[in-house]
This record gives sequence, structure tokens and C-alpha cells, in this order.
Amino acid sequence: MRLDRLPISVLRIRYVPGGWDLLAFVLVFAFFVYAAQAARGLAGSLAHLEAVPISLAPSALVGYSARTALRMLIAMSASLVFTFTYATLAAKSRRAEVLLVPLLDFLQSVPILGFSITTPFFLQLTPGRVAGAEMAAIFLIFTSQAWNMAFSFYHSLRSIPDELIEVARNFRLSPWMRFWRLEVPFAMPALIWNMMMSMSGGWFFVVASEAISVGNTTVTLPGVGSYIALAIEQKNLAAIGWAIAAMFVVILIFDQLLFRPLIASADWFRLEQEVGLTPSRSWALTMMRRSRVLGLIARAFAALLRAGMKRGEAPQALPERRRSVWDAHWIDYAWYVLLGLLGLVAVVKTTGFVLGEVRPAEIGQVILYGFITLVRVAVLIALASLVWVPIGVAVGMRPRLASIVQPVAQFLAAFPANLLFPIVVSAIVLLKLNPDIWLSPLMILGTQWYILFNVIVGASALAPDLRYAAENLGVRGWLWWRRVALPLVFPFYVTGAITASGGSWNASVAAEVVSWGQQKLTAHGIGAYIAEATSQGDFQRTVLAILVLSLFVVTLNRLFWRPLYARAERKFRLS
Amino acid sequence: MNATAAALNLAPLLDVRGVSKSFRKPDGDALVVLEDVNLTLRPGEIVGFLGRSGCGKSTLLRLIAGLDDPSRGVVNYLGHPVGGAAAGMAMVFQSFALFPWLTVLENVQLGLEALGMPEPEMRRRALQAIDLIGLDGFESAYPRELSGGMRQRVGFARALVVHPNILLMDEPFSALDVLTAETLRNDFLNLWGEGQLPIKAVILVTHNIEEAVEMCDRLLIFSTLPARVMGEIAVDLPQPRHPDDPRFRALVDRVYVEMTAKPRGERVGPKSERFPGTGIGTTLTHVSSNVLAGLMEAVAGPPYNGKADLPAIAQELRMEIDDLFPAAEALQLLRFAEVEGGDIRLTEAGLQFTREDTDDRKKLFARHLITYVPLAAHVRRVLDERASHTAPKSRFFDELEDYMAEEGAEQTLRTIISWGRYGEVFAYDDHRQCFTLENPT
Repeated sequence: MRLDRLPISVLRIRYVPGGWDLLAFVLVFAFFVYAAQAARGLAGSLAHLEAVPISLAPSALVGYSARTALRMLIAMSASLVFTFTYATLAAKSRRAEVLLVPLLDFLQSVPILGFSITTPFFLQLTPGRVAGAEMAAIFLIFTSQAWNMAFSFYHSLRSIPDELIEVARNFRLSPWMRFWRLEVPFAMPALIWNMMMSMSGGWFFVVASEAISVGNTTVTLPGVGSYIALAIEQKNLAAIGWAIAAMFVVILIFDQLLFRPLIASADWFRLEQEVGLTPSRSWALTMMRRSRVLGLIARAFAALLRAGMKRGEAPQALPERRRSVWDAHWIDYAWYVLLGLLGLVAVVKTTGFVLGEVRPAEIGQVILYGFITLVRVAVLIALASLVWVPIGVAVGMRPRLASIVQPVAQFLAAFPANLLFPIVVSAIVLLKLNPDIWLSPLMILGTQWYILFNVIVGASALAPDLRYAAENLGVRGWLWWRRVALPLVFPFYVTGAITASGGSWNASVAAEVVSWGQQKLTAHGIGAYIAEATSQGDFQRTVLAILVLSLFVVTLNRLFWRPLYARAERKFRLS
Repeated sequence: MNATAAALNLAPLLDVRGVSKSFRKPDGDALVVLEDVNLTLRPGEIVGFLGRSGCGKSTLLRLIAGLDDPSRGVVNYLGHPVGGAAAGMAMVFQSFALFPWLTVLENVQLGLEALGMPEPEMRRRALQAIDLIGLDGFESAYPRELSGGMRQRVGFARALVVHPNILLMDEPFSALDVLTAETLRNDFLNLWGEGQLPIKAVILVTHNIEEAVEMCDRLLIFSTLPARVMGEIAVDLPQPRHPDDPRFRALVDRVYVEMTAKPRGERVGPKSERFPGTGIGTTLTHVSSNVLAGLMEAVAGPPYNGKADLPAIAQELRMEIDDLFPAAEALQLLRFAEVEGGDIRLTEAGLQFTREDTDDRKKLFARHLITYVPLAAHVRRVLDERASHTAPKSRFFDELEDYMAEEGAEQTLRTIISWGRYGEVFAYDDHRQCFTLENPT
């Protein structure tokens, strides 16, 4: 038995020393050069930034995409840190849970523009420097990435099988070790999926996060988003085309170097191997596994982690579990009372703040706008379902086709609505269409794909036996859809529709106001209202509209989607 | 008690005194799952906890391991009360409970890592355990690549590598096929017999009577809900033991007799609702009508002709006690059979059932269901009384919850729905969660 070879996974492919190392080295080196260049801009002064306007030259896009990509990576890291702390706290402390989970629900429904009111705060952290503006931009990207990741992690932590937890306790793993050995690996597959969704979300709002304009404060950070914003302002169609190309390349690189390897390694973490699931492959993962240099780094990292797992001497005596005062019931009550009071204070303060500026009649108007947007979301989800459910079923039944469609849909999900502004605005102006109707499709541009994703997954999970049985009995046509296909994909469809609906509400801020050059079209709706209020720096109206919008989203989730989901789970799940 | 251990008068490793465990029901009453258990474990013994699934013996094992606190009583380990997960007791799980993202070696090292052992030492000990348990060559494999038997070997290696004083085994062979389980048991007994295992004593939880007799020095037999020790049997056969050995068979028979004995010291009075067949508060274990019919047919047919030895019929039908006992009890409840002294005997009605065709069987079943299962009669009465002839499931669920825990109530309703459907006594609409009198026509 050769000890030195033990930790290397069992891959049957021939080991090629050197080749993979070289590739890994080139890639890592390129990354560092790229990142260093992108990071240099951070230290500069704001004045310098303003002196150098965004250039629409295609060559400038190389640097811009590096900056944008770096921001997204930093935001993603921040989202991971947030996920690991926030969700862990929510899952482990009953007391924290009652506050943190509803708060997360609320945060998730706040559109990205809502968070842009924090920009002045970040700017004054580093007066006159770019760093503050960068932080503001990164924070905005973070707000379009973090929440669903945290939710996914929280749910995973709550669903770890009992016996694995018992193993951890029986073998007395320290909390740190338990986290890295049990909880994180267990949550990994769902978390990776959500990271990909988050990345797409980040791209969708890339313009909003880089070209920030809140009242008198305007920040335009070099990046793909600002490039797109300027291209729209100058009506430069060629530049739009270049931006799409650059985005495509960056998304492809992320996909190949980050997400493919993650997905391939996520198969490792699954508790059960689903039958017939082809293992995902990734050349980048193979490279990382084969490369000795990267292997060394990984081992050093693992050793570091393990050092953290040690908790010194194993306790000789049996640990005494004492009931501390902390567990007492009255602390619970005190905590709930405190939360209630805080909530009350927040309500009173917010009401006072909003009513100081806004007349009560306008609140009614905002609610009306909410309903208009609600109608839009509902109609669009219905339309998207009519289109994508049949297509998703058809694709899901053909595994080869599914493997092609999935990455394409993933790219389309990342496609920012702004890139379609030229087409939409020109069409509406030329054909004299009603913006209230024809701007709406932009809302669902990025989110409809979640319906497709999930339906594909559901359809590909269709057991061959059921398929054969249906075929054997001659179940065809509409009967087949009604009795076989639709019931089978329904739970998956509902999951997708929930995501799509939530995302569409958020997207309304980017879809209800569009511009192309000097031409600006506005639809009536709460998204347009928020966009207007933030660009004027009107905090009161922004806060009011965000609250109303969140209320709509949360109510809709509670009263419509959740019951539907529960029903789908009960009725249509096999076994 | 193991004679040698007693003679040496070794200090007990484990001393369980008056341990009870109860859970709080929604209405605030306590539901007792484990009542007044006493046990002393000495070095050198393998003690078996024998009882049906869900009877609370696994709960007891977790109390011993310190994974849960007893409601009353105390678990003393090496003379000190256990509080929190105790060092020196390692567990082997029915579902293996391996971490799928760790290799065999990493899984085995898990407990050592938690001790903060230096890497070389850890590696050495893990490889030693892997060698011992016959996993050589599989060090870098992931659990998913292994068969069930190999996975459970990893489970054993992971537990043994920390050199625990007591090995706690929670149905470790139940998830394996018969042949694999036998091989693994033999390997384990060989290592144990040769003194190669770094452990001092073993507790084995099982519902497999033959397995218990084959492996243990002493058996504690548990009743169901609340779990109490109904009896203790010393197994003083020399190892290796053979199931064909008449003394082995005699012991198996004895266990069956113990397990079918009427509970001693049954309480009477208001609490009588708890005991089989006396009220709507009886927890019913779900047994399919197919199994009931099959069992009756087997007992009625040759060579039994209406009366069968439980071990014999268990072997013939390949039923474990987890399947056999609930089925036998259901038949007893429905007055289709009587169970006592390790035997099952069909009643006149039971014999008649086996002679009828499908329709008449259903009618006979319906009659007995209404007459002898108070809950069925209750449901039917409510449905008859209501003008709409429908009643929500929640109505009965709430009633049952006065007597049993949530899962018990859920299971009891599932049983009554299934039996009611078979006897066509009433129908149930899962979509609306309602009992009805109408069957679709």
C-alpha cells in the first residue's frame, strides 16, 4: 500500500505529469495578471475616474470585462461568507431564526435599485477615492446574489439526515469540523446551483450596479455595465453587439473555469447517486485534480482547515452538560418581546419618515401601481408557462438535447434586459405601440428560463417504466399530456414558476423604464416608480415603494405559491 | 450474564439505572416510550436488545451514547453519569451513515481527526483498522462505489478506530442481504473471539431473533410502547453457533415464547385505552390485507392445518419479526387468530376466511373490522350519522392524538383507511383528506 497516493481520487484516466500542470500554471498566472490590473483601479481617485470617460472602443472591453468579472467574484465571495454565517446562525439558533428568516424573505424581494440608496454611505467611507464607489457597486452585485444562496444553505442545514448528525455527535466532531466535514459538503449541490443562478442575476443587473445614479450622486465605474449604459445613451448599436460578445466570453470563462468544475465536484457530495444520471465532466476539474502544483496548494489548504479542526487535547473526563440560564424559557420570552418592540419602533420610525414627505393619497397610488405590476407578472408567467412547459417536456425527454439547451438557457438567463432596449424602444416608437403592454416582456426576459430549467429537470426524471406503460396502453395526444406529462413535471414547474415570479418582480425596476438615446419610455407600475424615485434621490418614496413591493411579493408567496407548492408535493410526487 | 465476567467480578462498564424516556404530546401529556430500564454491562459481553422496530430500543441506545438525555434515571459509564456525547462509545448505524464526500480512509479517520491526533499517527491507526476489517485496497474509494457489505465494514472500521470501550451497534446488519449479513457477522464474531478488536463490550440492537441468538451472550427482550424489559435470556452456547443446532433452535423458540407472552402486570382502569383492542386509542400497525390473507392461508394450509409454530412459519414465509408480529397481532385483534406461547392458531372465522372467495372474504373482514376494531366502528358511525356522509381526517386525527403521538396517530389512520377500503366499510378521498361512504361507481 502506497501511502503517498492515497488521498488522490480514483480516476481511471492515465496520469499525465506536466501537461496539466503547465495549463494550470498558465491559467493561474493569467488570472493573477488580470486581477492585479483590474485591482489597480481601486486605489485611484474619483476625480481621475471622472476625467477618464468610458470608451466605447471594443478594445476597452477587455479591461472592462476584467473589472466587472473581478467585482462579481468579490461579490460572490462576500455572498458565500454571508451565506455561511447568516444561514448557519439562522439554522442553529431558534431565537435568531425567528428574526433572520423573515428578514431574508424581505431582503430577497427588495429590487437591486432599492439598495442603491446605500451608495452615498459607501462613497463617504473613502472620500474622493474610487474604493468607496467600488464597494457600493460590489454591494449592489452582492444584493443580487446573496439571498437565494443563504436560503438554500439554510434549507440544507435543516435537512441533514439525523444519522449523519448523530455520527458527528457520537464521534465528537468540533463545531468547526462538523461545519466543514458535514454541513458544507451536504449543502454543496444546492448551493452551487444557487451560485449559478446568482451569477446570472448579477449579470442581469450589471448596468444598475455599475452606472449608479442616486439623486445628485452619479458614479460610473469602468465595466461592462457602464459600457452598455453609455452605448444606450449614444445609440451605438455596434457597441451593444461588442458588449454582448464580451459578456458571452466572460460568462463562458466563468462557466468553464468555475461552474463546470463545481458541478462536476458537486456530484461527489450527493447523498445518493440518481440512476441514469450521467456524471458531469469538466476539463478544468480534471486539470485541477491532475495538476501537482494545484494539488499541493489544495493539500496545504486542507491542512490549514484541519489545524482549525483540532481542539487540543481530547477531554479525558466526560463533559458535563449543564442547563445554563441561557436555556431558560423567560429568556425566550424576553427575546420575543424585544423583537416585538424593535419591530414596533421600526414601523413607527418608517411611517413617520415616509409620511413626512408623502401624502397618504400617494400611498394608495403606489399600491395601485403594485397591482398593475402584479397583473403584468401574472400574465407573463402564464404566457411563459404556456410556451416553456411543452418545450421543456419535449427537451427533457431527449437527454442529448437537454445537455445542449441547459447551458444556452443559462446564458440567456444572464442576459441583461438593457441589451434589448434598442430593439424594444425602436419597435415601440416605430409601430406606435402601448408601452404599458409592450415593455412588459422585458420583465420576464431573464426569469422565464427558470421555468424551462425546472421543467426539463422534471421531464428528464420521468421513469422509463412510466413512459413505457403509457406507450403500451396507447396513451397519446392530449390524454398523455393531461395524465402523464403535466402531473409529472408539475412540482418542478411550480418550483421554477416561484423563482420566475420573484425574479420578475425584481426585474420590473429594469423593465418598466427603458431608454435608447434620448428616447425614454415608461410603463405604469411599481418598478418604474422605484426607478424614478431612486434616480431622483427621493428616499421616502423609494422606501415606501420597496415596502409595498415586498409586501406584494411576500403575500403572493404565502397565499398563492406556498399552498400550490405544498399541494404539488403531496399530490404529484411519486412515493 | 456471562459466567466468566461474573466470576471475575469485573467492574461494570455501564450501569443503566431506572431509565425512562418520554416525549411531550401536543396536548401536554407525556408519551412514555421507554420505561424503567435497568442494565449492567460488563467487560467481555455482547448484550442484545431484542424487540420490534420502533419499540424504543434504539432510543435506549442513544441515551446510552449520550446523544439524548433520559427523562428519568441515570446512565453511568465507568462510574460517572453520562452527560452529552460520551467518549469511549462508538456507534455503528443501520443506514451506515457514511459521509459520501469522504473516501473510505477519510471516513475512518473522522473520529481520530476530531481527537486532534497528529497526521502520521492517525494514518497509521486508520490503516490498521482498515486492514483488520478487511477493507484493504479500498482506502481511496468513495462509499458510493462500494456494495452495502463493504460500506458497513467502513462503518465498523470508523467505530473501531477510536478504540472505544463499548461498541454500540444499531441494527448493523438489517440493511444488508442475508448472505452479506451472515458473512459480516461471522467476520465480526471471529475477530471478537480472537480478541483482535480494540473494544471491551458490545451492545447490539436488533429485531432479528436468530441474529441475536447467534451473536449475544445475553438478550434483553423489549415490549412495544412503552419499551420495557419483558425478559432476559442468557445464551450460553459456545461459539461458533449453528442455527441447525437443536440447542440453538430451542433458544430461538424460547425467545418467541417470551415475545408472545402476555405483558405482565397489565394496568387496568382508565388507562386501559392503551391496551390492544380495548378502545379507539389503540395504535394500529399498518399491515396490508394481502399479508394478512397470505399469513392465514399459510397457517391454514399443510403442514400446519390451522396451528403453527411462529419460528417455523417465520422461516417458511421469510418474515422477520418486524413483519410477522404485527401481522399476527392484527389477526388477533380481528379475532382471526390467537397468538400465545410462540404459536399462532387460526380461529373458526380465520379458517372460514381462507375458504371463501374474494367477495365473501371482504364481507367477513368487514364484519370483524366493525365488530372488533373500535376505531373502524367509530369512523363508520360518524359517517352514518352525518347527512353528508363525509368526515375530515383531521377530526379523527385530533381524537387519536389524545392517546398517542403524532406518528402513531398517522399510522393508525393509515391502517384504518387501508383496512376500511379493503372491507369496503368506508372510502377515503386523499385529495380532500376526507372519509366518505361513497366509493366511485
